[in-house]
Amino acid sequence: MKFGIVVFPGSNCEHDCYHVVKHVLRQDVSFLWHKEKTLARSDCVILPGGFAHGDYLRCGAMAKFSPIMESVTRFASEGGPVVGICNGFQILAEAGLLPGALIRNRTLHYLCQDVYLRTDSNASPFTRKIPHGKVLKMPIGHGEGCYYADAKTLSRLEVEGRIAFRYCDPKGNLDEEWNPNGSLKSIAGVLNERGNVLGLMPHPDRCAEAILGNEDGRVLFESVIGL
Amino acid sequence: MKVRVTVMVKKGVLDPQGKTILASLHLLGYKEVTDVKAGKILELSLPKMGKAQLEKKVKEMCDRLLANTVIEDYEFEVGE
Repeated sequence: MKFGIVVFPGSNCEHDCYHVVKHVLRQDVSFLWHKEKTLARSDCVILPGGFAHGDYLRCGAMAKFSPIMESVTRFASEGGPVVGICNGFQILAEAGLLPGALIRNRTLHYLCQDVYLRTDSNASPFTRKIPHGKVLKMPIGHGEGCYYADAKTLSRLEVEGRIAFRYCDPKGNLDEEWNPNGSLKSIAGVLNERGNVLGLMPHPDRCAEAILGNEDGRVLFESVIGL
Repeated sequence: MKVRVTVMVKKGVLDPQGKTILASLHLLGYKEVTDVKAGKILELSLPKMGKAQLEKKVKEMCDRLLANTVIEDYEFEVGE
């Protein structure tokens, strides 16, 4: 399986993703510079974390116009698996590939900590190997990760089972105290209508091997392999 | 020509920045302030053109890039 990792000026997690895919999971992978127009025959596209275009104006606002995004949009519309992690999620939301927006954390602070996530949908290429309701621990590192969508969109996401991950306590209970950034409905990750595009604020790429003390993120990459 | 675009957080969308500024004003003793909304102002410089054409162009820029209409409202005024 071949992964393509999009690199924008200001991306800074592309090597974390590359390492997981190439050295931990032994898959084929290449970087895709944002000015390229093709996806180099990738079977799965990753938009990594970072600060694309300096996060100027709004996170992801400029990145959505990078030339490669046309190919990413086409690939997604054909059902290809696309995941946006952290800044990648913000870009997918700005590009309209995922609903809603990511706004400033409710505390205004940049947050760098572990969080607990409840898996609320395994109907996606990235979550299919995770049992429904399973709690995963993953790190976050963001200043603008508060998920917002209007009431109509939120209820639609819920009804259609498109909320992939929610912030929760270590046992999987939803609790505002364990919602680090104030995301509505404790949303940490959402899916598009078809289920092939996932965006999430936590970093599975930073917790995918034992040497790092946490392997909970690995299953997201494993799920997509062998599709 | 100058165009001044004002982008504000939509009504009903959380504005933690505004809330924090409000709390600071209260700390300084300005208890009479009941609400603060934080937004941004962008000043665009453009060559002279007809009003209708200019408004159409700026609206397009706002919708495509300058504002995210999921969470923000915008307005603009045209100057000299």
